[in-house]
Amino acid sequence: MTPTRVLIDRSGLDALIATLAAQGYRVLGPTLGRDAIVLGDVAGTDDLPVGWTDEQEAGHYRLRRRDDAALFGYVLGPHSFKRFLYPPRQRLWSVSRGSGPDLEVRAEPHDDRPLAFLGVRPCEIAAMRIQERVLTGGEFPDPSYADRYGRAFVVAVQCTEPGGTCFCASMRTGPRAGTDCDLALTELLGPDRHDLLVEVRTPRGEQIVAGLPAREATDADVATANEALARAEASMGRSLDTEGIVELLERNIESPAWGKVADRCLACANCTSVCPTCFCTTVEDTTDLTGQHAERWRRWDSCFNRDFSFIAGSLIRHSTRSRYRQWMTHKLSAWHRQFGTSGCVGCGRCITWCPVGIDITHEVDSIRNHERSASTFHTVGGRYR
Amino acid sequence: MSPVWYRVHRVRRETHDVVTLELTPPEGAPPCSPEPGQFNMLYVFGTGEVPISISSLPSDRGELVHTVRGVGAVTNKLIALQRGDVVGVRGPFGRPWPVGELRGRDVVVVTGGIGLAPLRPVLQHLLAHRKTFGHVSLLYGARTPYDLLYRNELLAWRDSREIDVEWTVDRSSGVWNGNVGVVTRLISRATFDPERVTAFVCGPEIMIKYAIEALRNRGMATSNCYVSMERNMKCAVGFCGHCQYGPTFMCKDGPVFRFDHIEPLFQIREL
Ligand SMILES: Cc1cc2nc3c(=O)[nH]c(=O)nc-3n(C[C@H](O)[C@H](O)[C@H](O)COP(=O)(O)OP(=O)(O)OC[C@H]3O[C@@H](n4cnc5c(N)ncnc54)[C@H](O)[C@@H]3O)c2cc1C
Ligand code: SF4
Ligand code: SF4
Repeated sequence: MTPTRVLIDRSGLDALIATLAAQGYRVLGPTLGRDAIVLGDVAGTDDLPVGWTDEQEAGHYRLRRRDDAALFGYVLGPHSFKRFLYPPRQRLWSVSRGSGPDLEVRAEPHDDRPLAFLGVRPCEIAAMRIQERVLTGGEFPDPSYADRYGRAFVVAVQCTEPGGTCFCASMRTGPRAGTDCDLALTELLGPDRHDLLVEVRTPRGEQIVAGLPAREATDADVATANEALARAEASMGRSLDTEGIVELLERNIESPAWGKVADRCLACANCTSVCPTCFCTTVEDTTDLTGQHAERWRRWDSCFNRDFSFIAGSLIRHSTRSRYRQWMTHKLSAWHRQFGTSGCVGCGRCITWCPVGIDITHEVDSIRNHERSASTFHTVGGRYR
Repeated sequence: MSPVWYRVHRVRRETHDVVTLELTPPEGAPPCSPEPGQFNMLYVFGTGEVPISISSLPSDRGELVHTVRGVGAVTNKLIALQRGDVVGVRGPFGRPWPVGELRGRDVVVVTGGIGLAPLRPVLQHLLAHRKTFGHVSLLYGARTPYDLLYRNELLAWRDSREIDVEWTVDRSSGVWNGNVGVVTRLISRATFDPERVTAFVCGPEIMIKYAIEALRNRGMATSNCYVSMERNMKCAVGFCGHCQYGPTFMCKDGPVFRFDHIEPLFQIREL
């Protein structure tokens, strides 16, 4: 019987990628883009950003060379796997005026090849589950998401070196991967070793691992991985106090803090385009030049866009204050009411990619502080008057 | 979810910018039997798709009736449709008016402008089962006398004396000798028992605000007031995000809400 935990080395990872490809999967994972790590097709470990790391802070992202050959020595880039499960632009259907009086609708076919995601961070896995609930949990499930996610093979990489803007520990989505993946890898990198601990989480994962050149993992290997994960948990770049956050934001919908963040926010929508859970879309209906053929496309939209809340004759959210408030209260508060979970997984992307460095964790603190000082004011006022 | 192609069977011009469309389903289409207050997404070939309320009780043959005001790209195409043209329909969506709860109660319907469209099936229902309800009033406001919808029906309803029908216009013109002023003013003198009345309100948000205020002044509880709200909608199935209103999605938690359920949201500007 294959043990549920094995060790592989870089060649074992190459074999894993090759096996997935041979089974018909399109393998996607981190690759080196021009100035950032982006997701793309991965044919072997040479395609990974081997020996690179990413330096992240509010409004700051830089690639740096590492002094080792780590395979996963970086955290998250601007891309999330959302772009494959819920593409930025997607045709929903097309329709042609046929020769007869009737219109013929063509629904979009599903992809031929199932997707395999390599190097998925635990927060990303949580984000996929969250999107699954939003897009397929209701009365009218989105067929394309259900199909893509249902068939996807997920190879997680647990985090031993969290980034400067990460706060998954606060959101309880990482640095360990739960059961929503097929395989969970932990990179064990030391002066005299470079292995990947592979933990099998599904029968499908078991099958794939069975064919890999692997060694059995010892208890000591598992302990090493666990220590690294515990260290990671204790060294998050950010933290978010989620205590009573649903009600906190509901109570403070008119907080002066919204006005202050709005003074800096450019309403550029960067935060929503990098967020792995944001699901808002719009549709575009078009015709070709002959007027005989029409298509409906769906594309990502953002609550920061001006037209987002447009209804004939007026704009509901005309101020940046109301748009930032919509975004943040949705993520951290309304989402719980709508779908029973937070809409934020603590990936930190919105902090890194905000051009003015607005930090969602600080903004929550700011709301707490305003509330605290306002209630102090009330008590003081009550006592002296 | 792709649209089902209905054919325009009849076009009735209500005013200079409002048209009522009667749509026939294609043969073998799954029956669309909407409830009053629900809406469909109407798609015009290659132009776009917009939410439009159902404005009549369903017929046996599955016909749909929609009343549309031309205000922009898609609605202007809708009001220009001709008999025989094709419209894509997805629906019905949304929570209906709770007509089932009206038995034995007084009913006051307060609407402004195109807001009468989603309430027309309610009035049809009340009239069809008239004896089941207490006193029924329709209070309706339009911009000018030329903007009154369903004119013949309004007159017939009024003349039947089955329900009280009061209308008013914001600006009078020509030989108008009816009420002038906002519709909410009609509430103070409408006949109903505040203890056992249910109010249905639909119109611009500012009208809803003043209508609720006036109903409250008459001693009504807001738990007996229902309102229909409007937001931008793209998917109508709860995930384009556009119609969010606080923690609600208007397309599936609304558009009809019991007012006390959304009162805290209603007071927040730019929500
Ligand atoms: C629940 C509900 C019920 C309603 N019932 C009625 C009713 O019974 N009768 C009635 O007259 N009105 C009704 N309305 C209002 C009606 O939906 C709007 O007037 C309509 O959406 C305006 O669309 P428009 O394209 O004509 O206007 P515009 O001002 O041009 O556009 C309004 C919105 O539609 C988008 N849009 C425009 N063109 C396209 C396109 N090609 N592709 C994608 N999006 C596009 C715009 O981006 C904008 O967000 C209802 C609204 C709601 C929410
Ligand atoms: S809100 Fe920010 S930190 Fe949270 S999941 Fe989205 S991008 Fe990541
Ligand atoms: S918070 Fe930052 S990233 Fe988001 S819209 Fe405002 S300026 Fe852009």
